[in-house]
Amino acid sequence: MAVKKFVVGSFDDEAVLFPAVKKVRAAGYRIHDVYTPFPVHGLDHALGLRETSLHTAGFIYGITGTTTALSFMSWIFTTDWPLNIGGKPHFPLPAFIPITFELTVLFSAVGMVMTFMYLCQMAPFVKKHIFHPRQTDDLFVMAIELTEKTRAEEVKAFLDSVGAKEINEQTAETGWWLGRWDREDKLFSKPAEPVNA
Amino acid sequence: MKDQFVVPARLKTTSYVLLGIGLLTLLIGLFAFSGEHGATRFWAGLLQNSTFFLMVVLASTFFIAATTLAHGGWQIGFRRVPEAIAMAVPALGVILLVLLGFLIFGNKGHVFHWIHPEGDRILEGKAPFLNPSFVSIASVITIGAWIALTMKIRKMSIEEDSWTMTPNLGKSLLWRNSVWCAVFIVVYALSIGSTTPWIWLMSIDAHWFSTMYSWYTFASTWVSGLSLIVLFVIYLKGQGYLTWVNDEHIHDLGKFIFAFSIFWAYLWFSQYMLIWYANMPEETVYFQPRVWGAWRSVFFLNLIINFVFPLLIFMKRSTKRNYTVVTFTAAIVIFGHWLDFYQMVMPGTVGGLHFPWYELGIGLGFVGLIILITGNQLAKAPLAPKNHPYMKESIIHHT
Repeated sequence: MAVKKFVVGSFDDEAVLFPAVKKVRAAGYRIHDVYTPFPVHGLDHALGLRETSLHTAGFIYGITGTTTALSFMSWIFTTDWPLNIGGKPHFPLPAFIPITFELTVLFSAVGMVMTFMYLCQMAPFVKKHIFHPRQTDDLFVMAIELTEKTRAEEVKAFLDSVGAKEINEQTAETGWWLGRWDREDKLFSKPAEPVNA
Repeated sequence: MKDQFVVPARLKTTSYVLLGIGLLTLLIGLFAFSGEHGATRFWAGLLQNSTFFLMVVLASTFFIAATTLAHGGWQIGFRRVPEAIAMAVPALGVILLVLLGFLIFGNKGHVFHWIHPEGDRILEGKAPFLNPSFVSIASVITIGAWIALTMKIRKMSIEEDSWTMTPNLGKSLLWRNSVWCAVFIVVYALSIGSTTPWIWLMSIDAHWFSTMYSWYTFASTWVSGLSLIVLFVIYLKGQGYLTWVNDEHIHDLGKFIFAFSIFWAYLWFSQYMLIWYANMPEETVYFQPRVWGAWRSVFFLNLIINFVFPLLIFMKRSTKRNYTVVTFTAAIVIFGHWLDFYQMVMPGTVGGLHFPWYELGIGLGFVGLIILITGNQLAKAPLAPKNHPYMKESIIHHT
């Protein structure tokens, strides 16, 4: 990952946020992400995000679990260690179904959580840059990435015109890192301005 | 906005043709099935179809009741559709009552063996429950309560169209709907969730019993009922009505069909596995003709088209939003559960496996009757319950 420059605008109303997202996209700026305190219906469409393929991954993990359970149990009970259990056949399919079901659910659930964590770059002890401390409280925070073709002043003026309440410029690491928030000065060469500045 | 449904001539013709096929099959059956064995098939086919289609249309009332009690708003946009389907309950209920009268008091066919328990220790032991007077009184009370509550819920909904709304009136609308739906849920749970499938269907194999049976029957008819609702909603959309109902609503109905197909399979397996594991002759007697006898193909076909098929098709988001795929799957699911009832009723009555031309013909007749009644009822009231406080929530519904 790389350290990039951002212009960050905060909105206090989702009714302002939606038209702002549309205008910013129409103006051609690159939105890094929008952080909201709660799930906002339709924001993913407004941002033009593609549909997630997490469910496809879930299906693949699920059938992997099914196959694992069925083949492992069949191998044990027919080849490796056949046992006579209550006079049932050595391949008692109905008795395998609950375990197969459990393993299917287990594989797909654990697999999907891991995939989700990977896609969102989240893990225990891992740190990510926070654009605004109130982004999980009561502000909708939009981070616009600065490229060589965009000037910070221009983006700031544009965000102001679409109704942002607080606007500042930040340099931040986009990926995750291990370490401590207070010791990573190089990642915050221009720290977020205090909330009540 | 086209709000008033007018029954198209084509729908009317279709329903009359299907009804005609049903009556013709009934007439052919009356002459074709002679002797004691033939008579059994004649009556068993009628019992299978009338119980199945009655419970399927009743599932529409349950849909309204359950979503109302859950304070659901998304279904209000097409609420008139399940209401109209449910108005077939009176007609189908009366048909089933007349049929049960023939079966129990007319002693037609050999469908209910428990009518004559003399000399059979097991049936004598069950006689306090399985006897003509108890079964007939329970059936009359159950069907009577279903008809009365279904008509009450429909009547309230139409009444509300002429109200001049105030916030307080909106609250009282929700309250009285909740009260009557709660009453219906209790009646429904006590009837279809426990005794009703025992006395109408499980008592065919009177020596056998399963506590899963009622839930299994419920799951079967509930998922078919949902399929019927989605078929009518898509039909109305195709005719240019219900413009405020969109992909989101169809998607949610598709999720319901998907989920309850899995629920049905869960009950199917729970019933099967416990009996398979315990392996007691008094219990396995039910599965003997189905798994190892002539019915093997029907039994497993039933599992494939009611579980594997909707599971794989409705797993993807885009298929639940494609009207053609949803229509196709819903129709297959209804046929699948009809087949489920077929294999529940026939091995204990007719015995052998025949090509079900007679049962299918009678089934088409019932489908025609349901289309006829639903069409007429849809035309009786505006398609939008405009005074319902949740109408807006339904229009802006987003999944």
